[in-house]
Amino acid sequence: RLFVTLTNVRLSKTFSTTRKVPRVCVVGSGPGGFYTAQRLTKIIEDVHVDIIDRLPVPYGLVRFGVAPDHPEVKNVIHHFDKLCTENHRVRFLGNVDVGIDVSVEELRARYSAVVFAYGADDDKHFGIKGEDAKGILSARSFVGWYNGSPAHRDLNPNLQGTDTVVIFGQGNVAIDCARILLSDVDALSKTDVCSHAIKVLTKSKVRKVVVVGRRGPMQAAFTIKELREMTKLTNTTTHVSESDIQTAKEGLELLEKSDRPRKRITELMIKSSIPPRESQDTSADGPREFHIVFHRSPVEFLQQDGHVTGAKVAHMKLEGDLKSARAVPTGASDIIKGQLILRSIGYKSLPIASAPFDHAQGIVPNIHGSVDSGVDPSLARLYCSGWVKTGPVGVILSTMNAAFETANVIHKDWMDGKLETATESTSSSMTSLDSLLTDRKVEVISFMDWKRIEAEEISMGQALGKPCEKITDIHEMMKAAGK
Amino acid sequence: FFHSHSQALGDTIKITFYGSDIDEETVECEEGTTVLEAAHDNDVELEGACEGTLACSTCHVIVPKEHFDALPDMEEEEEDMLDLACGLEDTSRLGCQIVLNKTHDGMRLKIPGGDDARYKIDSPVSAPAP
Ligand SMILES: Cc1cc2nc3c(=O)[nH]c(=O)nc-3n(C[C@H](O)[C@H](O)[C@H](O)COP(=O)(O)OP(=O)(O)OC[C@H]3O[C@@H](n4cnc5c(N)ncnc54)[C@H](O)[C@@H]3O)c2cc1C
Ligand code: FES
Repeated sequence: RLFVTLTNVRLSKTFSTTRKVPRVCVVGSGPGGFYTAQRLTKIIEDVHVDIIDRLPVPYGLVRFGVAPDHPEVKNVIHHFDKLCTENHRVRFLGNVDVGIDVSVEELRARYSAVVFAYGADDDKHFGIKGEDAKGILSARSFVGWYNGSPAHRDLNPNLQGTDTVVIFGQGNVAIDCARILLSDVDALSKTDVCSHAIKVLTKSKVRKVVVVGRRGPMQAAFTIKELREMTKLTNTTTHVSESDIQTAKEGLELLEKSDRPRKRITELMIKSSIPPRESQDTSADGPREFHIVFHRSPVEFLQQDGHVTGAKVAHMKLEGDLKSARAVPTGASDIIKGQLILRSIGYKSLPIASAPFDHAQGIVPNIHGSVDSGVDPSLARLYCSGWVKTGPVGVILSTMNAAFETANVIHKDWMDGKLETATESTSSSMTSLDSLLTDRKVEVISFMDWKRIEAEEISMGQALGKPCEKITDIHEMMKAAGK
Repeated sequence: FFHSHSQALGDTIKITFYGSDIDEETVECEEGTTVLEAAHDNDVELEGACEGTLACSTCHVIVPKEHFDALPDMEEEEEDMLDLACGLEDTSRLGCQIVLNKTHDGMRLKIPGGDDARYKIDSPVSAPAP
């Protein structure tokens, strides 16, 4: 067990005065990075932590992923802020792209430990025919668009040209997208959703969203809170086919007591959905529909003049027990029509140049957060946290737990004397990254600079009756920071 | 939800936090505060990422049966969030929703830790694929 109880933590505090001070560099300022830093400051007295992000703005997917109509989830930002404002040994260095502005080797030479917490900046593909047709977007880019990610601000999805949006994948990201597409725009416009998205959503003709999954109702990956919200959306009905409801009813019988979460979500699905029906009223402001379709997997995207018109989907059946059930094709297929398709089958991490990466698993290879260095000494003192450690699954809670584990391991290595470096304990090592970045003319955004950007966003938001209006252009961000 | 420092007018009581990741700690708090506030006011490591708004389940605690039975029933929202907690037990509650009163004097609350599957993130429900 790699656990460090608070008892040894206290011991370390007593002894640490006789030791050098560890300097840790965290690459990525999402929950994975911030929670690692937070834990480190709790268990290693005097630790210095620099949190680097390639964007001028911090918080990763808390800013660019978490849905605008879930502001409560973003309260975690207050905890992250506190770390930067109350602890002068924690710094935020924004606008520094690791792998481009500074290499991993350069960081390793300047810090006792380097923690990769750079998240998952790409998405998985189906790799099937027609996937590059116009109108097929990744859910990641759609989310980035309404949340103001600089990479996706210009996505401009065509919501006027389609009645139906089909989303492949049944995780919470798929549900977030469905909810944004079906929500009342007036309510949304009071959140921090970007104004460019409100403009497009206001003109949207979408009245039906179909969320399609390979497996059955007993394996759906979305969680109960998200499903309950869908069932409570005004002017929207939730639809599940009769046969899938039957499968759910039969599945319920098989659940054990310990499957309480699965039991509750299945009961909710049975209780609050109705079988699909031919709509009576298809006018733009008529009732909207949310469909959950199980046991279907796309085999080809259909197109006309280069634009997607729907997907041919194979019917699937399950093999194996409830939890680990695998979907295999039955041989039958049909067509689901839709002029806009969102692919929501998972985020994917990318390697940073020359840093260790396991391409098969899509993570930094690690043992409890410590990079699996084997016999290669150049991989010592490297760690990972967040989605690039665990794979792109789970919520802030699981990301936090995994970050705590990484911090505990770093602490243990520090106590065991494994983090000594050549440059360590000379106070100049602190500034040597800064001077390197200055030499390279990298304009570093400090936490105070970010607060200036935030102030500008809040004041623009006030004028629009919303908590903030995010700045989505990097140059504008730099300007707001006074750079 | 409860931001109840302002309502905290009652007597002082003592409760104890324990768990595999923390040292046992007995803290004093006032009636009317929540378990989450009691933990924060005393530097006990109970996260509370969403600040008591039922959006995170990082304030999960396990309550002794006799106290669990005496607590007001859970709202649907609390049960929904609890379904995401790691190391869920029959007497699990969210710390931000438990308002302390004098009957809680001496209560021992367990904060689930690594030995309680806190790091297991592979179950489809506790770790929704995005
Ligand atoms: C759409 C969506 C909605 C979600 N909603 C919720 C929710 O409601 N509740 C919940 O609990 N969880 C939610 N999650 C999950 C949560 O966002 C993740 O668990 C968490 O953000 C993962 O943290 P991370 O630090 O690993 O990655 P990220 O949050 O992605 O942070 C990674 C950071 O690294 C930076 N970076 C990347 N490359 C580099 C580089 N080369 N150099 C420097 N910096 C770099 C990025 O800019 C980013 O800031 C959601 C996720 C998604 C995708
Ligand atoms: S603090 Fe988030 S649910 Fe209690």
